[in-house]
Amino acid sequence: MAMPQLKERTMDYVKMVEPDRVRRQVYTDEAIFAAEMARIHEQVWIYVGHESQVPRSGDYYTTRIGRQPMILVRGSDGKVNVLYNRCPHRGTMICGDMKGNTGDQFRCSYHAWTFHHDGSLKSIPMMESGYRDTRVARDNPDCSVKRAARVQSYRGFVFASLAGDGPTLKEFLGPAIVAFDDMCDRAPDGEVEIVPNCFRVIQRSNWKLFMENQLDALHPSVTHQSTGRAAHEVEKRLAKQAKKGEVPLSYHMLSAFATVTIDKWDGFQTINYPFGHSVLTGYMGLRPQDPDTRAYDKIMIKRYGKKRFEEIVGVNIHHVLVYPGLSVQSPLQQLRAVRPIGVDRTLTEIWHFRLKGAPEAIYRRSLAYYNLVNSPATMINADDLENFWKCHQGLSSDGGDWVSFHRHYGRDIVKGEVVESGPNMGTSEAPMRNQMKAWVQYMGGSGG
Amino acid sequence: MSTLQVQHDVEQFLYRQAGLLDAKQWQAWIDLFAPDGVYWMPPDASYETWEGQPAIFAEDKNLMTVRMGRVQHPDAWSQRPLWGTSHVVSNVTIDKVAKNGDVAVRSRFHMLELRRDDVRHFAGQYTHQLKKAKSGYRIRLQRVDMTNAQAAYDYVLQVWV
Repeated sequence: MAMPQLKERTMDYVKMVEPDRVRRQVYTDEAIFAAEMARIHEQVWIYVGHESQVPRSGDYYTTRIGRQPMILVRGSDGKVNVLYNRCPHRGTMICGDMKGNTGDQFRCSYHAWTFHHDGSLKSIPMMESGYRDTRVARDNPDCSVKRAARVQSYRGFVFASLAGDGPTLKEFLGPAIVAFDDMCDRAPDGEVEIVPNCFRVIQRSNWKLFMENQLDALHPSVTHQSTGRAAHEVEKRLAKQAKKGEVPLSYHMLSAFATVTIDKWDGFQTINYPFGHSVLTGYMGLRPQDPDTRAYDKIMIKRYGKKRFEEIVGVNIHHVLVYPGLSVQSPLQQLRAVRPIGVDRTLTEIWHFRLKGAPEAIYRRSLAYYNLVNSPATMINADDLENFWKCHQGLSSDGGDWVSFHRHYGRDIVKGEVVESGPNMGTSEAPMRNQMKAWVQYMGGSGG
Repeated sequence: MSTLQVQHDVEQFLYRQAGLLDAKQWQAWIDLFAPDGVYWMPPDASYETWEGQPAIFAEDKNLMTVRMGRVQHPDAWSQRPLWGTSHVVSNVTIDKVAKNGDVAVRSRFHMLELRRDDVRHFAGQYTHQLKKAKSGYRIRLQRVDMTNAQAAYDYVLQVWV
């Protein structure tokens, strides 16, 4: 029998998505998952890590781009490299742990081949006696550790693409670049610094369920009702006991999940960009008038001037989603990087950052959110993960063929390549439709 | 009080602490803490304070009350499936008994958790700062250094370990 033609398969993928609905197999089919990894995750710009994760020469972190195990390493020349975590000799992973310092070289644990931080070959034992007149030679690129085809940083955030061609990082991010500008601009020094280490949580579902949930503005008041209500009860009691405004902001961060009701969520807006990226406009009271905020404001005004300061803190976003694998909450200096493990298993790396030059109290605010919402003992994501698992189980069944993305369908405002949710339609499923539009472009071969 | 008596009382207290978690007696468990008591699970054993650093748990009694309210709420969806835990506490080593009777004590725990059809196993060290109360002890600090704290979590922790 002839091999199935690539074109036929491509057609299949494209047919699985309609503007308002998606075939369930897109979430559950192993072959589609493999194709997604090859055509999306292992092609586009994927967030690898932050430069401050590897401050010194030889510092490294290991992670994944699609199915590829990768190393982020700081070179002795100060440059940040992204390498495949694989020795060119017999394929051994070079770094077997999550992080560390490799000194002035990588040394394979199997046969002691050594490499520079940029992956280039340094030495091979028995180079003369063992490898004379073979392909193994210093000038053979196959004897070096393979590098990510392209590596680019933006304001300290390191991305890599395993494809040689394609849009630049800036072209790819487009307006979603606001995620990094908003985060860094809020720092008096204009930079952020990562706080080690990340939390890592696995969800038993397809990676797309995570991405679709992030800007699903209807789900919080349903999914997170229990935590929101419980936090609100304690918040009310504390407010009675304390003088005005003394209840820690962290209670509000939790109670907002319940006190912001469905109709209010419709008042927010999503803005959806090419390549599947989206922004959800803000909802939390992140400009309280407590002494900590006022002290911070003063530093910022001194650094940037009143006008620029107002512009910076006036940026009204809650989440920025960089498709296919990054969710950034810039006003709270956190991000979640999505690392698909299998069709039904997804790891998220959850990181947070310090605003350089900001008072400690402002960091504590970000930290409270990180601990309460994003830690492995989260009172919020516990219910999301439960939903993701249930979604994946249901989608694996024959109980239906389609996933519906009809909420406020047909009422989006299209402005060229940008699609905005309509007025008072913040819960529109426009972000999911936008993600699937990008998915089709990538899977059909016409994407960037 | 004899050393043996203190050892016995502290052990009984630690067993009771773990037993209340297994019995899901949340309020009774929270009541074991002193008014300024803190439950802390650091991400790494090198951490020296719960304040100002990432923590898996860092909860005073107010936050504990939020967590209790959440797991008891009828719409806590992730609490619906069958789940339960079983703790074993052992290797109880008293580090210090102050003149006023306050105790610093380390112990080891193993906890098996069943959730739906999945079993997870967590283990590690408890470090307790116990305040001598009229009857028994109150917890000033319960530090939980879980051996698998830094591993990737397959699902999350919903209640205290």
